[in-house]
Amino acid sequence: MADITLKNIVKRFDSLIAVNNLNLGIKDKEFVVLLGPSGCGKTTTLRCISGLETPDQGKILIDEEDVTNKRASQRDVAFVFQLYALYPHLTVYDNMAFPLLAQGLSRKRIRQEVDRAAQVLRIKHILNKKPRELSGGDMQRVALGRAIVRRPEVFLLDEPIGTLDAVFREEMRAELKKLHVDIGATTVYVTHDQVEAMSMGDRVVIMNLGVLQQVGTPHQVYNKPKNLFVANFIGSPGMNFINCKPSRGPRGKLVLGLSVVNATVAIPDEIQRTIIDKEKEEKDLVLGIRPENVMFSQKTKSNSLPARVYVVETMGSYNIIDVKLGDETIKVRTAPSIVPDIGETVSISFDPGGINIFDEETGNSVA
Amino acid sequence: MASVRLASLTKIFGQVNAIDNIDLEIDDREFFVLLGPTGAGKTTTLRLVAGLEKPDQGQVYLDNVSVNDISPALRDVAFVFQYYTLYPHYTVRQNLEFPLKPKFRRLSKSEIDAKVSEVAKILHIESLLERETVNLSGGEMQRVAIGRAIVRTPKVFLMDEPLSNLDAKLREEMRRELTRLHLDLGFTFFYVTHDQIEAMTMGDRIAVLNQGKILQIGTPDKIYNWPQNVFVAKFVGSPTINLLEANIETNTLVVGKKTLVCPIPESQRNSLKKYTKRELILGIRPEDIEVWKEKKKADSFKCTVYFIQSMGVEDILNLRIDDIVLRAVASPKLLTGVGDTIYASINMKRSHLFDPQTNRRL
Repeated sequence: MADITLKNIVKRFDSLIAVNNLNLGIKDKEFVVLLGPSGCGKTTTLRCISGLETPDQGKILIDEEDVTNKRASQRDVAFVFQLYALYPHLTVYDNMAFPLLAQGLSRKRIRQEVDRAAQVLRIKHILNKKPRELSGGDMQRVALGRAIVRRPEVFLLDEPIGTLDAVFREEMRAELKKLHVDIGATTVYVTHDQVEAMSMGDRVVIMNLGVLQQVGTPHQVYNKPKNLFVANFIGSPGMNFINCKPSRGPRGKLVLGLSVVNATVAIPDEIQRTIIDKEKEEKDLVLGIRPENVMFSQKTKSNSLPARVYVVETMGSYNIIDVKLGDETIKVRTAPSIVPDIGETVSISFDPGGINIFDEETGNSVA
Repeated sequence: MASVRLASLTKIFGQVNAIDNIDLEIDDREFFVLLGPTGAGKTTTLRLVAGLEKPDQGQVYLDNVSVNDISPALRDVAFVFQYYTLYPHYTVRQNLEFPLKPKFRRLSKSEIDAKVSEVAKILHIESLLERETVNLSGGEMQRVAIGRAIVRTPKVFLMDEPLSNLDAKLREEMRRELTRLHLDLGFTFFYVTHDQIEAMTMGDRIAVLNQGKILQIGTPDKIYNWPQNVFVAKFVGSPTINLLEANIETNTLVVGKKTLVCPIPESQRNSLKKYTKRELILGIRPEDIEVWKEKKKADSFKCTVYFIQSMGVEDILNLRIDDIVLRAVASPKLLTGVGDTIYASINMKRSHLFDPQTNRRL
């Protein structure tokens, strides 16, 4: 059992507030990813959990025990860094056995534990090799192996696969997720890569400039981002944003008047009410729509907007087409068979279920 | 503008054939991408074209003229590197003017001004012209570096992983800008990368390079849908293709101890007969596996959801059948969870078969 609670954590470095009043609960056996750009406070948060940093304010509880002032060695956590940090003169086996020797286990037990970890990580065949004989992926597996041999309650990982090639990174993403399913330890993982966060996390914690932006499952942060920062940070290609203003359309219904072209977009019935206040206040809004929620047609259609094809990107299993709506670029995801000509006039419309609306001034989601 | 041809090109470093007898033709105005992992020989190839390395064997032709004995400066190629090579205390304008200044170009002040404004406009850096380059962001610096390369209208534009130091968002944006830049300029682009997405999205054609050898040359469509060997199939596409050991038994492909029995499409039966009883590698792209919560098709098979990787727009389901794990792509609307039983079927018409001895496509 290991759940982790962060209560009102503040960490300053001189005048810089690296982490600003962070509250977060991590459940036992959960895989939580701290995600954000560099300087967002994610690594500092992780270091506070590990005991390598002490927060200036607030409390850290592991299984309801206050560990805020305990040293790293007194907490049952294992830390894997971005760099491999292996002993170059020791074999893979000895590198992995090292943390267990320090615990004073018998040689037989050590052999069992190293074998078990090597089995899980599929590195049994390289146990007698030295680190310099290994590929980057294998080195990272050994570093993970050294962390899992001692069966810690909590795993802390700081960008462990950031330095690998794309193909290896994808393989390691799947392996780390699988490892978590197999051994089921509470895992806190730090990254700036939203693909890693989405594809591995049970929940994703998005931070910016020391401040928590949103906590949620990958589906929640992707489909219902709380603000423009999250909406922009999650997803590849990113969400499309179009400036607009609420106004009255046919039969008194609220519509969004786009500023980039002379056109309006209907607002789904479910969110009509939440926009009423914004209309009264004459607020500037931002319409957010993901590329897969933009409907694309090479025929002229009513109730759709004319746009010009700017760039076509083929991805193999789908295409991303950039179209120009006035001066604004809109990204559209289509089937791989759709390959329009550059400059061609096409029709786009928005799937009502995929419409997000943000307040332009605060950046917060209003619907 | 020029075509590029490499004929039987070999470059040896010590004992290693960094480039091993490669032949390659790049058409005039083509966006050609050389794709491969670290150490494949990509950068060496580009340096051979630029004249920064001398080949041990073979020829480099620009517009059908051998340039082996022509110095780099006179080959009229432009090079953009992964690391921005700008003069730090010059302004953006001075950096862009620099390649136009040599006397032999005989350009007047007003001609230089006109060229610089034109390039600045194309790359959206007009507002930065009077800034010192030390004050620019990574993306802006890379734009200026590209601007400096295109300003003198080179014969061939060589790019060595120019986007790999940029963050993900910027990389995505720059990818589209480079594609568009190529359309607008109509230069010959020779682009090197280890990133298959860059290759797929920007290249007119792609050459996949590994250990100094070219494994396949083709359009993104051909490379993705008709990979000629296991390496190409695995290197291109994300999520990665499923590769399974299989045997042919009476018009079916059998994986494991009948863990999976897949019917061979009729159109392929005759041509595959000669491989009966032999071991093969079956490749299936994750999007060619369809999944349902109930058994909807006769040929669908039962599996367990082992773990799920969310991609936002889609989920990668890692499915377990006995000791096999298959990656399948599904809509998040399917709403399955770890441990659930679901049904999957493989679109065998889109499957790929390889010989395990040669790793070649059958």
